[in-house]
Amino acid sequence: MTDKELEILRIIEEDARIDLNTLAKMTSINEEEIKAILKKLEEKKVILNYSTVVDWSKVPQAEQVTAMIDVKVTPKRGVGFDEVAERIYRFTEVQALYLMSGAYDLQVVIEGKTMQEIARFVSEKLSSIDSVISTTTHFQLKKYKHDGIVFEEGEEDRRIVVTP
Amino acid sequence: MSPLNVKTKSRLSSRVQDIQPSGIRRFFDLASSMDNIISLGVGEPDFITPWNIREASISSMERGFTAYSANAGVLELRQEITKYMYNRFDVDYDAETEVLVTVGASEAIDIGCRAILDPGDEVIIVEPGFVSYSPLVSMAGGVPVSVGTRIEDDFKVSAEQIRAAITANTKALMISFPNNPTGAVMLREDLQEIAVLAEEHDLIVFSDEIYAELSYDNQHVSFAALEGMKERTILISGFSKAFAMTGWRLGFVMAPPDLLAAMLKLHQYSLMCAPTMAQYGALEALKSGMDDVERMKQSYKQRRGFFVESFAEMGLACHMPGGAFYAFPSIKATGLTSEEFAEKLLYEEHVAVVPGDIFGAGGEGHIRCSYATSMDNLQEATKRMKRFVSKHL
Ligand SMILES: Cc1ncc(COP(=O)(O)O)c(C=O)c1O
Repeated sequence: MTDKELEILRIIEEDARIDLNTLAKMTSINEEEIKAILKKLEEKKVILNYSTVVDWSKVPQAEQVTAMIDVKVTPKRGVGFDEVAERIYRFTEVQALYLMSGAYDLQVVIEGKTMQEIARFVSEKLSSIDSVISTTTHFQLKKYKHDGIVFEEGEEDRRIVVTP
Repeated sequence: MSPLNVKTKSRLSSRVQDIQPSGIRRFFDLASSMDNIISLGVGEPDFITPWNIREASISSMERGFTAYSANAGVLELRQEITKYMYNRFDVDYDAETEVLVTVGASEAIDIGCRAILDPGDEVIIVEPGFVSYSPLVSMAGGVPVSVGTRIEDDFKVSAEQIRAAITANTKALMISFPNNPTGAVMLREDLQEIAVLAEEHDLIVFSDEIYAELSYDNQHVSFAALEGMKERTILISGFSKAFAMTGWRLGFVMAPPDLLAAMLKLHQYSLMCAPTMAQYGALEALKSGMDDVERMKQSYKQRRGFFVESFAEMGLACHMPGGAFYAFPSIKATGLTSEEFAEKLLYEEHVAVVPGDIFGAGGEGHIRCSYATSMDNLQEATKRMKRFVSKHL
């Protein structure tokens, strides 16, 4: 990865909507070259998506529950973690899935409309997978910070308007 | 009791009366009287001090470090400062006898002047420059002598320009690169000729390098790192800019032992020591803050790129500032003076900038615009400035 690519990634990770012209000025890379870099990074699946961080708790119609589920797995002969993981992440309810070191193997992040919905997912779908030995479900109560972004914080400029 | 009917002397010293109030102050009052302004007038980072630094300071208070420190500053901090300056800028100072932790670089400038100046001693000040130099030289009994730099020279100063200002009374030279307000930097070869001159005329050189970390295109060269210069340099720096710690009031000065001892004497009587809790924050800053410095520097650099290019689109000449977080475009094309431009811009478009003449010789015809503000603000400010300039070109 070149320095230019890295710099562009760092900027658009913070602000995916930045316009090309501004990005060009900020990096001193011309627009055509930026376009080419973005295209290449998209093709190589370095850039996967340009998404938006939404605080859904502020949207009454869209109330949802998030749970983190610790899953212990016995990898069967010929069936590694990857295969089990695949069976889990294919469910659309699953927002994220990580292989972990430590007390359990897989961490599943799942979103549902209600606790019941999540409970059903755990008992009917997750626990019924052959290799899954046990699950521990933790419900999120409040989001303070997500993807590096602090929720609820209005960090206003506290500086006085003109200083030496 | 009525006062005797004789003309009484002013309560104020003539020295203080002779000092002009800072032009920054006037602009501050103007800008503060208005709502919804976008300020490009702020001479400090827009970042909040990184949390690990704040946390270290809070923790020092929890542990009860609330007493005076050694006059020169917490020894461990002085040791970290010398290590940091050696690693970053190739200058070698002794933590026990050549470093003093001050209440900002501001105090360092003050006590440096008071330590070396006798009445009538002249100090050559390279301008445009930080607003405190000239008043602090005067308050110390010295005579400030301005040397102005120009946009044609990228606001660098040459040995010839300085030589032309030298008299039998010249005691010292005051330089600061990267520069506030111009953003100018001096490369090694630029500084080298100043060093030769300093040697020739036996000058003490104040080198205010508070923006050293914010050098975007070249590694900063410290004046004290040049061959033979340490002996005659008062090297001033601090935490305000690189670590976003302006409100902490913490800086430092490095100088040969005789000069440092003199400054320490003044510091000890007027300040006792720099705030202890701020010193513990600074200690953490040096131990683990360099990643944050780098992150902030990259962000300034990107904003510099965006901002400086927009002046060309407005039709204003602007040199590429190699450091700090200021652009210093020429507004001569508009036919307005710096003060007129800044005032009209404030009233008509609600954008605050600082008129260049405030920063001394060479500043007229320019405005200082700080790009230490959000990209959103910069985008809106440049839009408004474009509209403004097109009306006045
Ligand atoms: C060139 C220069 N020197 C010194 C200072 C003062 O810094 P401090 O906050 O360390 O007193 C400033 C602040 O604006 C500055 O721009």
